Amino acid sequence: MSEGTLYEKVWDRHAVTELPTGQSQLFVGLHLVHEVTSPQAFGMLEERGLDVAYPERTHATVDHIVPTADQSRPYSDDAAEEMMAELEANVGEADIDFDDPTTGRQGIVHVVGPERGLTQPGMTIVCGDSHTATHGAFGALAFGIGTSQIRDVLATGCVAMEKQQVRRIEVTGELGDGVTPKDVILTVIRKLGTDGGVGYVYEYGGEAVEAMDMAGRMSICNMSIEGGARAGYVNPDETTFEYLRGRDDVPEGETFEELREYWASVASEPDAEYDDVVTIDGDDLEPTVTWGTTPGQSVGVSEPIPAPGDLPADKRDTARSAQAHMDVEPGDTMAGYPVDVAFLGSCTNARLPDLREAAAVVRGREVHDDVRAMVVPGSQRVKAAAEAEGLDDVFTEAGFDWRNAGCSMCLGMNEDQLVGDERCASSSNRNFVGRQGSKEGRTVLMSPPMVAAAAVEGEVTDVRELEPVPEVRA
Amino acid sequence: MSPNADGSDGGPADTVRQVTGTGVPVRGNDVDTDEIIPARFLKVVTFDGLGQFAFFDERFGDDDQPLEHPFNDDRFQGASVLAVNANFGCGSSREHAPQALMRWGIDAVVGESFAEIFAGNCLALGIPTVTAAREDVEALQAFIDEHPDAEIEVDVAAEEVRYGDTTIDASVDDAQRRALVDGVWDTTALMGANADSVDATAASLPYTDD
Ligand code: SF4
Repeated sequence: MSEGTLYEKVWDRHAVTELPTGQSQLFVGLHLVHEVTSPQAFGMLEERGLDVAYPERTHATVDHIVPTADQSRPYSDDAAEEMMAELEANVGEADIDFDDPTTGRQGIVHVVGPERGLTQPGMTIVCGDSHTATHGAFGALAFGIGTSQIRDVLATGCVAMEKQQVRRIEVTGELGDGVTPKDVILTVIRKLGTDGGVGYVYEYGGEAVEAMDMAGRMSICNMSIEGGARAGYVNPDETTFEYLRGRDDVPEGETFEELREYWASVASEPDAEYDDVVTIDGDDLEPTVTWGTTPGQSVGVSEPIPAPGDLPADKRDTARSAQAHMDVEPGDTMAGYPVDVAFLGSCTNARLPDLREAAAVVRGREVHDDVRAMVVPGSQRVKAAAEAEGLDDVFTEAGFDWRNAGCSMCLGMNEDQLVGDERCASSSNRNFVGRQGSKEGRTVLMSPPMVAAAAVEGEVTDVRELEPVPEVRA
Repeated sequence: MSPNADGSDGGPADTVRQVTGTGVPVRGNDVDTDEIIPARFLKVVTFDGLGQFAFFDERFGDDDQPLEHPFNDDRFQGASVLAVNANFGCGSSREHAPQALMRWGIDAVVGESFAEIFAGNCLALGIPTVTAAREDVEALQAFIDEHPDAEIEVDVAAEEVRYGDTTIDASVDDAQRRALVDGVWDTTALMGANADSVDATAASLPYTDD
């Protein structure tokens, strides 16, 4: 077992007792709730006549089913309206703070928590959503839970968990131009496998990670689950503290200083011991894209797609069916793969810095005639902030659709879906068959600048090789 | 039957020492929860009726005509032991996935490995997720194909899977085994009993005095 890591420290501070199953009962510092996984949990609570134990530590938003075009109520999709109404009733009854779309603070749960400053270092954070690991970017211990566990947390303020091992993932060096945190995490998953993290929590560190802003760290932690790790985190540092200063739910003055001391104290010790250490050379990375139907099936954009026969034996069948589905040939590169749709959104990559980076590529260019392109900001605040700096104009002038906040085409639970066998350049986190709403649909995961490049070129394109835009005279 | 098949998963938990029933093989590594239950079927406020949508997009074509899939195969109707390969249940945390399998009729899953959240969700429903070596799982799948009416015994307590004349070594995660064998997977009740200690832990944290 690891020693002196953030994981151990936060775990120990939150451990209430050991249960007869051998699991620990862990106190939950922040419980985030959304509409898809919570209604059944509230139902179970009601069946047992139990109340929400810590409503003040619980926070709700709505993201998966919200329409991103017309948001007037009732929603045109009856099922979506029913889920929204159910959530409203549940949080109303339990007196849980709810960022609904009328508040101007609604958004994807993993964007909203950090943005409000609800997410803080040294906390335990859970949500009925596998991408809860996102919040680990702040040095919190954050993991996704199932609906029965949501019931547990609602009823008792705790989860039952077993302790895991800690793997340090050290990203050395400096990321080159056009290379982003998304490329780092796609590489990690490619190297360690989609199940390589089972039984582990990932600690991301090293110069390249320390140099990242909070949005970048969130992109990395977000996809921990795609590598099988239920949680991932980055040790909190000045970047973390400065991000949090002044946010809605972060105290000011002396209390801030006290909290900050606690935050700094939970970071892993310099001599911490890990169960495993993996090093990745950040200098070596290039923009990375997926060629298959799991997030582990990726290559550098200029690298040949592997032949299934060259992969480890247990990966070959999946690779063959993935290549058939995607219609790609071993030996080809992904550069040049045609795209019909460009989706810039999701809890992985729809924060303000993501939109800025994509806008920088789009500025002065036009979306390819054969591509429908959309931007779905991660939250209403991201949207407003982007509009304040004119990013919406950059996107719409280029031909992107500028939509309202939500999960949208990340999983196709609202009207934003792929149609038929459309090919989509997507900044989201999952390329599973059917994920974007059509089972023939094809998803290529990549960073926001790479989505922008694919949108303007109509095919997967190395963003570093785009022809420069001619200077426009003011 | 799973003791919680009514979906209430309330009340005192029974024990699940062993599950016996016929099998159904679903092959492939990295079978994700979007495959087990596509997202459009998550637009529900109860889990009732999810069973018919298990593996829906692989079982039905564009006009909803049935495709070839073990869950559509007459020989496997009524099966309760699901035999799968590696990293089964990866992807989203949706409990809708094990709920759909359970409501289709699955009471135990045997595989090479499982995604953690999926295994935890299964446990909450009293469904054991038992792991075994790749060759053993493949042999079990082949056996089921040839003997769809044969009983498979998934022995959680003894960490074995038995079929025909064969017994394979299986393993069950410690906490899962104890929870199932001792009938202590009602974590709400277990943890609810410690409310005072929870308050004390909460009060000891630097960030809770708001
Ligand atoms: S954006 Fe996608 S991955 Fe993130 S919470 Fe929504 S559906 Fe899940």
